[in-house]
Amino acid sequence: MNKTALNISHIELGAKMVNFSNWEMPISYTSLIEEHNAVRNTAGIFDVSHMSIFDFDGGNQVAFFEKIFANDIKKISRDNKAIYGALLNEDGGILDDLIIYHANNKFRLISNCSTRDQNREWYEKHAVEFGVKVIERSDMGILAIQGPEAMNKILAIKEIDAEANNLEPFGCMFDGDRLYAKTGYTGEDGLELIVPNMAIIDLWNQALKVGCVPIGLGARDTLRLEAGLNLYGNDMTINNHPYESNLGWTIDMSDENRQFIGKDALLAIDQSQSQKMVGIILRDRGILRSGYEIIHEQGKGVVLSGSFSPTLQSSIGLARIDQGYQENGKVFIRNKALNIEFVSPRFIRKVKMQP
Amino acid sequence: MKNIPGDLKFLSSHEWARVESDGTITIGISDHAQNLLGDIVFVELPEVGQALDAEADAAIVESVKAASDLYSPLSGEVIEINSLLEDQPEIVNSSPYEDGWFFKLTPSDMGELDNLLSPEDYSEVCED
Repeated sequence: MNKTALNISHIELGAKMVNFSNWEMPISYTSLIEEHNAVRNTAGIFDVSHMSIFDFDGGNQVAFFEKIFANDIKKISRDNKAIYGALLNEDGGILDDLIIYHANNKFRLISNCSTRDQNREWYEKHAVEFGVKVIERSDMGILAIQGPEAMNKILAIKEIDAEANNLEPFGCMFDGDRLYAKTGYTGEDGLELIVPNMAIIDLWNQALKVGCVPIGLGARDTLRLEAGLNLYGNDMTINNHPYESNLGWTIDMSDENRQFIGKDALLAIDQSQSQKMVGIILRDRGILRSGYEIIHEQGKGVVLSGSFSPTLQSSIGLARIDQGYQENGKVFIRNKALNIEFVSPRFIRKVKMQP
Repeated sequence: MKNIPGDLKFLSSHEWARVESDGTITIGISDHAQNLLGDIVFVELPEVGQALDAEADAAIVESVKAASDLYSPLSGEVIEINSLLEDQPEIVNSSPYEDGWFFKLTPSDMGELDNLLSPEDYSEVCED
């Protein structure tokens, strides 16, 4: 099993370790709910080094991203900023969701863990015609420090450039080979620090010393669900297009001359007919789980992500449902029809998801 | 350290049964089970009067991460449920053997107790 550079640190902290896409990762250190609340109320630190990191060298990188990325890289390619969007296949199916960072004339890309090999092959295949070299940075890891006190904690770490405090949402900066970015997966303020593995243990220890609470993947999942952020492989797969995955806002067709992979397939989709991804809140006792069936006045659907929301103290989820829904519907839990409310998936989100 | 009281009998699926002085049976889940599950956020209990078979579904316990079935260690009729768990399921985490009990039943066959694991045997199950 793969291990991050912080594997021993997690074990020494008493973390419960699990196999996550063939990476041994901490699911929680103490209590998932306590960890969740620490991020909502103070500041937590996550080791997310299992995510894939790619750099690029040479060639026409802007043209390369214009082709493979459904959002338009030109939104950030002159700034020190990050952009979220989808990697599509020719059929408009979602291969992955990812963030591309740009600062100091360099691009860095972070995509999911389980899609690492697929994506590397995809990037390499399409990079050829643009003369771009794809470099996987398995020598680097990622720390996310998130929460209302995250910036204060980060600035208390001496080696972090104080300039990081000036970053706007989705802003980013390089400090040598390190990338500091105001992005995250929790809906909270904070940074993601993409740093060499050689430096990551020291940085982790310093963050703990200034009071960041270590947070496992369990709370990461409830935090991202409350923020209404999709989990690839669960809320969307290669069999889904962006319009039924709440990602229509990341599809940028404003440049008519830009021919990105999947564009023709997306243009052929009748969005008035496609299913929609919505947030759901369970109004009866119980817990929503992936796969539960949903009905409403004019159609049906299914729960994608479902869990207990520690912040809202009730069960919430993401669901893909037929159009024509009103405010309420039913979910079937162990053959009982329980009441749900359809809402915006942004249950709790204090920060923007775009620059 | 494992916390396994000596006066209980167990199923390998981590349920415990305690024979009370009046001959009724109290049932819950072990400390090891609550620890594996993590924060418990929902419990669905059987109904009073419901007849249960040994090792059949009797209750549902859900942590933040997943839902699990609780099996009844013995056959019998449910005579009392711990309604406290409906509003405070986290009691199962904090007191799995005392305040966090699930239900009580009148056993239909005390002989079934012989099918259950002793604390020592259950301790070995938890090692695996």
